[in-house]
Amino acid sequence: MSLIDARNITFGHGAAPVLQNVSLSLEQGEIVTIVGPNGSGKSTLLRVLIGALKAQKGTVRQKAGLKIGYVPQRLHIDPTLPITVRRFLNLPLAVSKTDADQALITAGVAGVAERQMSALSGGQFQRVLLARAILSRPDILMLDEATQGLDQPGSASFYRQIDAVRRDLGCAVLMVSHELHVVMSASDRVICLNGHICCEGTPEVVSAAPAYRELFGTGTGGALALYRHDHDHGHDHDHDHHHHEAAE
Amino acid sequence: MLDDFLVRAALAGVGTALAAGLLGCFVVWRRMAYFGDATAHAAVLGVALALLFGSSITLGVAVVAFAMGILIHGLSGQGAAVDTMLGVLSHGALALGLVAVTLIPGQRVDLDAYLFGDVLAVNRMDLAVIWGGGAIVIATLWWHWSALLTATLSPDLAHAAGINPRREQLVLTLLLAAVVAVAIKVVGALLITALLIIPAASARNFASTPERMAFLSMAIGALSAVAGLRLAVILDVAVGPAIICVAAGIFAFSLIGKNLRRLSS
Repeated sequence: MSLIDARNITFGHGAAPVLQNVSLSLEQGEIVTIVGPNGSGKSTLLRVLIGALKAQKGTVRQKAGLKIGYVPQRLHIDPTLPITVRRFLNLPLAVSKTDADQALITAGVAGVAERQMSALSGGQFQRVLLARAILSRPDILMLDEATQGLDQPGSASFYRQIDAVRRDLGCAVLMVSHELHVVMSASDRVICLNGHICCEGTPEVVSAAPAYRELFGTGTGGALALYRHDHDHGHDHDHDHHHHEAAE
Repeated sequence: MLDDFLVRAALAGVGTALAAGLLGCFVVWRRMAYFGDATAHAAVLGVALALLFGSSITLGVAVVAFAMGILIHGLSGQGAAVDTMLGVLSHGALALGLVAVTLIPGQRVDLDAYLFGDVLAVNRMDLAVIWGGGAIVIATLWWHWSALLTATLSPDLAHAAGINPRREQLVLTLLLAAVVAVAIKVVGALLITALLIIPAASARNFASTPERMAFLSMAIGALSAVAGLRLAVILDVAVGPAIICVAAGIFAFSLIGKNLRRLSS
């Protein structure tokens, strides 16, 4: 059975619910990316899936004993709470020192274990969140715009790290992103969300879909192709640039 | 040994301060100071009801403090303007309690004892309640520590790990009511929040992990209790406020110490 299976999720009240009739299931080992404009319900959907929000309609089924490694969009730690990276990695379950250090190496932040969480840079902080998420050996890694606040080289290397983690753990990855060009090239399946699912399928299918182009323009298709080095398209550059901006 | 009222007072102060010092860390981390105030103020209403029905003061205080906690817990889940609402509940409960106490027929109640504490008057039974209640608070926090800490850092991380953060918050609400019931005899309804917050805030300046902050907070609380009692005896002033004065003094030193360390490094 699927790792997680959400059926006909509706969240929010009134005429314009945040999510309307959204269905989504995730299989072992696949990388699925949710894209969509701001306010399209991407984060809400993830939070429904982990059980932090209760949908008004629909069901979420998790495989028995499912372990989720969740990397939130951002995490604010109150300045009154002193906590080292090592202590943070041991929440909620204690892990061995070796495992903790290994997770930090895998996430690309070796050697920060004794530092305070508050003393980390934005990129280091996100990587520590990733390290914590992989420590539980999750079946699914869920990332909610995990590269927000990272510069382009930073986020590119972050996604390479995630790819390495997935190969290492064999876990499924469900991520939300607006960095279409980076994310889509690495995904098995892309879901284009705007309150409801506009379209879904392989990156090629989605980037060619009219509903997707309506939301993001045609330029991102060019960016995807650029990333994949298959130049099977032709857009003029002004157009490309314009829509690329619109998508960020 | 327990025949000496000063020994009893010291034991009562230390027992209360240990529980409050530990729970106080969560009050500080989760910014529940106002929540603590509302719960503590409700205690005065609890005293009035206990006198009216002739039940034990501790029980009355615990029940009303817990009811107040549950009320706030329920309201805060609905996204209301928490700060304003807490202000209304906190002072509303205090005022209602003060009015109710004076309305009780045939009783002349010494209000000061409940507002500012009367630790010199604790008997063996009070001591048993304080140490029993304190032990329950500390044991529960110990047992829930990891889940509580995760839920405090991020409710979403807690959910993803299979922890229900609302349930953990309810645990804290219950414990807060227990601490209020235990502490009212020692520092009084008006200063309970101070006993929760000041030792934890002082400990923050010297701690690098949540656990070290917790231990330090308990130690600072206990030290404040003993030194405050001593100070009160020497100066012949009320014990509760003296304990809080010592705690506030330690906090001031902790700030100076922290800044000196920062300058020298």
